[in-house]
Amino acid sequence: MKKTHNYTCINCPLSCSLELTEEDGEVLEVRGADCKVGQKYAVEEFRNPRRTVSTTVRVQGGVLPLLPVVSAAPIPKALVREAVRTLAAVTVEAPVADGQVIYPDILGTGVDIIASRRLEAGVSG
Amino acid sequence: MSAVRRPQCVVIGAGPAGLGAALAAREAGLGDVMLLERDFELGGILPQCIHDGFGSIVFDQVLTGPQYAQRFIDRVEAAGIEVKLNTMVLEMRGDRRITAVNPRDGVFELEPASIVLAMGCRERTRHQVMIPGYRPAGVICAGAAQRDINIEGLMPGRRVVILGSGDIGLIMARRFTLEGAEVEGVYEIMDHPGGLTRNVVQCLHDYDIPLHLSHTVTFIHGRKRVEAVTVTRVDENLKPIKGTERRVPCDALVLSVGLIPENELSKQAGVELDPLTAGPVVDERMHTSVDGIFACGNVVCVFDLVDWVTQTAERAGRSAAEYVLEGGRRKRRPPVRVTAGRNVKFVVPQLLREFDREIELFFRVEHPERAARTRVLVDGEELYSRKAKMVRPPEMVKAGADPGGARRELENITVEVVTEEEEA
Ligand SMILES: Cc1cc2nc3c(=O)[nH]c(=O)nc-3n(C[C@H](O)[C@H](O)[C@H](O)COP(=O)(O)OP(=O)(O)OC[C@H]3O[C@@H](n4cnc5c(N)ncnc54)[C@H](O)[C@@H]3O)c2cc1C
Ligand code: SF4
Repeated sequence: MKKTHNYTCINCPLSCSLELTEEDGEVLEVRGADCKVGQKYAVEEFRNPRRTVSTTVRVQGGVLPLLPVVSAAPIPKALVREAVRTLAAVTVEAPVADGQVIYPDILGTGVDIIASRRLEAGVSG
Repeated sequence: MSAVRRPQCVVIGAGPAGLGAALAAREAGLGDVMLLERDFELGGILPQCIHDGFGSIVFDQVLTGPQYAQRFIDRVEAAGIEVKLNTMVLEMRGDRRITAVNPRDGVFELEPASIVLAMGCRERTRHQVMIPGYRPAGVICAGAAQRDINIEGLMPGRRVVILGSGDIGLIMARRFTLEGAEVEGVYEIMDHPGGLTRNVVQCLHDYDIPLHLSHTVTFIHGRKRVEAVTVTRVDENLKPIKGTERRVPCDALVLSVGLIPENELSKQAGVELDPLTAGPVVDERMHTSVDGIFACGNVVCVFDLVDWVTQTAERAGRSAAEYVLEGGRRKRRPPVRVTAGRNVKFVVPQLLREFDREIELFFRVEHPERAARTRVLVDGEELYSRKAKMVRPPEMVKAGADPGGARRELENITVEVVTEEEEA
């Protein structure tokens, strides 16, 4: 069965409205893109949309109560909420080094969650 | 009381602008650079901007706010720059005398040979947008909400309405959602979103958060705590349309209604401000109207990209060093005003005094336009030309001009946007 999916291209200020048509998962055509970048973007968004995840985890004994973390690479978009929920249960000990792995291989994606700053030991608040 | 210290350069504010300026001044040959920051750590607003999207120009890599800041913090620490944290600058005079206070030194004064202003901006508040109603708890600016959630670990609300679709509002819509709150919707008075398309897609579409264009909040209900807001559609003159009111129950109203450069100190020192940018009028060296006082980053005008903040900072820091090393004796030439030509709202820098090196020109357009070409004309000669598929007011544009090796005298410089249609 033929289906259409709509996307907005984010790659330049023109923000083209893209319409992708597929049949049983096979891309037939992309309309509305003013250039090739948008064509490719729509296909990516349909086949394998990925996002970088950033959130915070709790810290014990740090100058701040929270540590910002980020995925070292984008993960499948569908897993973002679950990744954030998983990380909400994590607590780390200060000090933390910038780039330190906080949670390896999040949800079996092969992508590590890393600290996105340095955090010294101390008293928060 | 000890003698007044006279550093070669004092930088006020340690966000990306201040960090970049202090480093550039140090690298350009100043041994005695002092960085003053009122917060307990370096980085300015960046430590709370935990999402990614910083640094694509400066580092050719997409970083989070804290990561971007960390790179500069590491370099500042390695460069031997004197940093004073928890230090608030209280007063600055036109003769460059600074009064500051911190818990360790108490109130102290400095008489630096040069100053770089890097105080960033603050958020526009409800008072400045004038929404009637009581003053209940739960009305909060987006940046303050960002700080509560990402730094303090506090949740300002469970069912949230966001007013304004600037980037910070969009980013916070996603953040609230991921932290388990319900974002009822984002309301925008204009008929187009205020933030980048990337943020509309990745912060709203990804989470099915509705964006209501041409809508505003017309009343805040609740005496102690926000209970609801009234949202209303507006007409083309941005006037609320009677009969379109809708009551939306919520426990927090998050305002993302713009930023204003923080220029109380600049005013005290008599620095001339530009009414269009609300920041200091600067020349190509980021020199303000007051001799020896430079400025960079969001204190000058609200830049969208931190990368551009860094570029202005490097220029300001280098220029301050140059000024000090010349003994402040270089005669300041009368400036040529950079003309904002067709479809250009304002240009930073506003002035060009010496066209002896490549300059950067940042500007915003007045209205969206397709198939546009930006150009810079110096005495009628086109020194810069670049095509864009689209220009939009929320996205600042950068242009430049190169005098070509030697100093060039000029009478006029104009930045303008022309369209293919018009040129045909
Ligand atoms: C609330 C908020 C959220 C933002 N979120 C984003 C975002 O998500 N993405 C994005 O791309 N951009 C964001 N921005 C824009 C961002 O501000 C800029 O990209 C960049 O941080 C500006 O750098 P700056 O150094 O000019 O200012 P800032 O980072 O604001 O730094 C200014 C520093 O000066 C200090 N200061 C001010 N006055 C004094 C004084 N009198 N004495 C001593 N110190 C002083 C302040 O404490 C602060 O540390 C945000 C801005 C704000 C205000
Ligand atoms: S399709 Fe091309 S022109 Fe259209 S928004 Fe995407 S990058 Fe820009």
